[in-house]
Amino acid sequence: MKVNVKVNGISYEREVEPRTLLAYFLRESCGLTGTHVGCDTSSCGCCVVVMNGDRAVKSCTMFAAQADGHEVLTVEGLADGAKLHPLQQGFWDQHGLQCGYCTPGMLLASYALLQQNPDPTEAEIREGLAGNLCRCTGYQNIVKAVQQAADALRQPVAAK
Amino acid sequence: MSTEAKPVGSLGVAMKRKEDPRFIQGKGHYVDDISLPGMLYMALVRSTYPHAEITSIDIGEAMKVPGVKAVITGQDLVAAGLGWLPTFHGLDKQMVLAVGKVLFQYQEVAAVFAETRGAAADGAEAVQVGYKPLPVVADPFTAKEDKVILRADREQKTNHIYHWEVGDRDRTVQALAASPKRISQRIWFQRCHPAPLEPCGCVALFDTMGRLQFHVTSQAPHVYRTALAIVTGIPEDKIHVISPDIGGGFGNKVPVYPGYVCAIVGALKLARPVKWIETRTENLTSTGFARDYHMDVELGATAEGRLTALRVSTAADHGAFDAAADPTKYPAGMFGVVTGSYDIPAAHAEVDAYFTNKAPGGIAYRCSFRVTEASFAIERAMDILADELQMDAVELRRKNFIRKEQFPYPSPLGFTYDSGDYQKTLDTALEKIGYKELLAEQAAKRAKGELMGIGISTFTEVVGAGPSKHFDILGIKMFDSAEIRIHPTGAGIVRAGTKSQGQGHETTWAQIVAEELGLDPQNIMVEEGDTDTAPYGLGTYASRSTPVAGAAIAMAARRIREKARKIAAHLLEVGEADVEWKDYTFQVKGVPAKSVTMKQVAFAAYTNMAQNEPGLEASYYYDPPNMTFPNGTYVAVVDVDRETGEVKVRKFLAVDDCGTIINPLIVEGQIHGGLTEGFAIAFMQEIQYDAEGNNLNTNFTDYMVPTSLETPHWETAKTTTPSPHHPIGAKGVGESPNVGSPAAFVNAVIDALSPLGVRHIDMPLRRDKVWRAIRDAQARRNRP
Repeated sequence: MKVNVKVNGISYEREVEPRTLLAYFLRESCGLTGTHVGCDTSSCGCCVVVMNGDRAVKSCTMFAAQADGHEVLTVEGLADGAKLHPLQQGFWDQHGLQCGYCTPGMLLASYALLQQNPDPTEAEIREGLAGNLCRCTGYQNIVKAVQQAADALRQPVAAK
Repeated sequence: MSTEAKPVGSLGVAMKRKEDPRFIQGKGHYVDDISLPGMLYMALVRSTYPHAEITSIDIGEAMKVPGVKAVITGQDLVAAGLGWLPTFHGLDKQMVLAVGKVLFQYQEVAAVFAETRGAAADGAEAVQVGYKPLPVVADPFTAKEDKVILRADREQKTNHIYHWEVGDRDRTVQALAASPKRISQRIWFQRCHPAPLEPCGCVALFDTMGRLQFHVTSQAPHVYRTALAIVTGIPEDKIHVISPDIGGGFGNKVPVYPGYVCAIVGALKLARPVKWIETRTENLTSTGFARDYHMDVELGATAEGRLTALRVSTAADHGAFDAAADPTKYPAGMFGVVTGSYDIPAAHAEVDAYFTNKAPGGIAYRCSFRVTEASFAIERAMDILADELQMDAVELRRKNFIRKEQFPYPSPLGFTYDSGDYQKTLDTALEKIGYKELLAEQAAKRAKGELMGIGISTFTEVVGAGPSKHFDILGIKMFDSAEIRIHPTGAGIVRAGTKSQGQGHETTWAQIVAEELGLDPQNIMVEEGDTDTAPYGLGTYASRSTPVAGAAIAMAARRIREKARKIAAHLLEVGEADVEWKDYTFQVKGVPAKSVTMKQVAFAAYTNMAQNEPGLEASYYYDPPNMTFPNGTYVAVVDVDRETGEVKVRKFLAVDDCGTIINPLIVEGQIHGGLTEGFAIAFMQEIQYDAEGNNLNTNFTDYMVPTSLETPHWETAKTTTPSPHHPIGAKGVGESPNVGSPAAFVNAVIDALSPLGVRHIDMPLRRDKVWRAIRDAQARRNRP
């Protein structure tokens, strides 16, 4: 069946099996391998993407067909050309990643979290990211990364 | 030359990681990101039974599934001489695909190759396997009875794999018998699994030159190459192993797995690339598990608390095959470090290993081989002894620490500890956490019946395998290597035999080179994992990279410095003996104003080298003279809810001594990560099998790993006692927190429950177990 999904602002029309998961549609049909698969029970969050601007979803738990006609933001869509998103900068500055496998999902989950709650406490960040596993960092620097990004995003945009 | 910034050092600099830009932009290159023209997908058929005869395998229906190209079984592999693969430990071998019978639930039985991922999965479901169940051996004590022999393929018809021992048995037994105070405790370190977020996988293809190109999640690519050459008969120069970015290893990605061999066979047979990526369930149920040591610990002391003797007798559960990735002479790894940080006059340790109907292993999960088990045993035993002596757990430790003057310290179990200042590390920890105030708070809370606990772990572990005299994997000595090449414009490349899975080598290795050569670490490229270009190494696990490869890098850089010195002398127009390396530049002795930078020398190495050898390149293969002994003091403060058994970790302080620190940001990150895994092991991680051999924790809904919500906040600090034998004084550190912390957590919980008379609870300390222990203790109290 044909599906048409707008990913990071670009329309992708592809032929897929009905059972194709959104995660594999992104990775294999669109060639966007930044979204990862880490489990088979939608527990790990490596596959998190953002639907229609503000909803974090686990793309392993959606069919590509369900995303037909919708918009998806993946990790590849966060940066503005060469300019990193404050979340990406935060993760880099605060050493919020080690192996990098959970990082795309963490970034997108944080993105959705900050949309809903632009000034989260540490407890709110930890709760907001409880759907994303990390085996390397112990989460502490991820919290710092999100805090840095939240602060940066709340700054008024500098006049050009 | 234009005025350049003065060269500065790079050791101890908290520089941001150089590898991060690709990961934060989703441009990491993991094995499942590889897509090749004509690539096929492989899926494995796995046993539903823990122990059964295979009565039939029918691939007819599977071959009819659209897209399925081939199905291979164990018989096909045996015919090709590939029925078995050697395990890294070398004492055993492992079936690639089951022949005759299956020995553990989820064991590999057949491999299906198809055009798409979906078709491969459909094909695997359509393979029909007939099983005749056999009696199950579910634990090592049943295995020991040898009523049901699991491995008919072995010469000795027994489930007993090996006996290993170290130390003076008679002296220790006598010393214990003569000890005024003695405790004994059975301590089980439960079976758990590293569960890195990226599962294992590979892409195999034979290229137009007939070479095997093998992309694989391997922590030890060169060892894989050699092992594959031996197993397949393909000449080693025709095998190219490439470890791409790896999403976490923790020891899980050290062994060679049956799926890898099947993928290679499929690639050869079908003349197309084959991709195999396991599912999370396959990862948890069939790949390298860790621990599963049942340890009987006896610790003796004088009435004043001076240790007299330690004896540990262990039953090790290795599952269906001994797929432990231990060095040959150490089937029980570094378990001999079980005397820990203490000066114990007599000690003896022994391990008896058994086959059971469980997944094969065990690997070193974020630890040096078996040091977590050893560390846990001694740190728990010390607390139990302190309780018996009615002595403060801290005082008992202090009384028995190896003293600073005793280093290098020969332990009764064969190790020579290089350096440490345990009193200082302990004092630092107690002061930082406010131990006295905590004790006062605890006394007040106890008076009100509240359960607050303080747990200490003062561990010493041993990492950096290892000196060639004692260490080898499949015969290959455990050196490591580095190759450095400096380019005309003062940038460079370093290649090492290690393979980072998140530890930050692209940054830290550059920092070592930059420090030794006064160059900018931003312009030192680091490459690992490609066996065509990297010098031979034994890989990254067991915290060996900085101790061994880090040393090789420093030594290779010093070789470059020696070459550079000759050219510097030429540039400075003095004799070589008049040039010294000072403040990161070559200076004329006594005339510091007359100097040249390494950058200037690099340019000259290509443009103005006079009679010296052109270029600026060196390599070094480093055979470490000894292991290194990182150590630390960890303190956990917990509050236990009497009604529910819930444990809240209120505070945790880790004071680590890992010698010289290359990058404090990276070291701290490693400690956070290791503590989180130690926390998870103490409270939630376990792979349980029931009495019928069913695996009960097969996916992330049943195998609990902590999220950001449960994970405590970690406080870290350090003391620094450099390793006297390491070129830059560094030890390892990535695994210390996983080694030392489980005991801190358990000691804290038991301390909280001690007013109730609870002495020990095996990990994981799930809420229901803690609740049950409280309830049983109260019932004992209430008994008339």
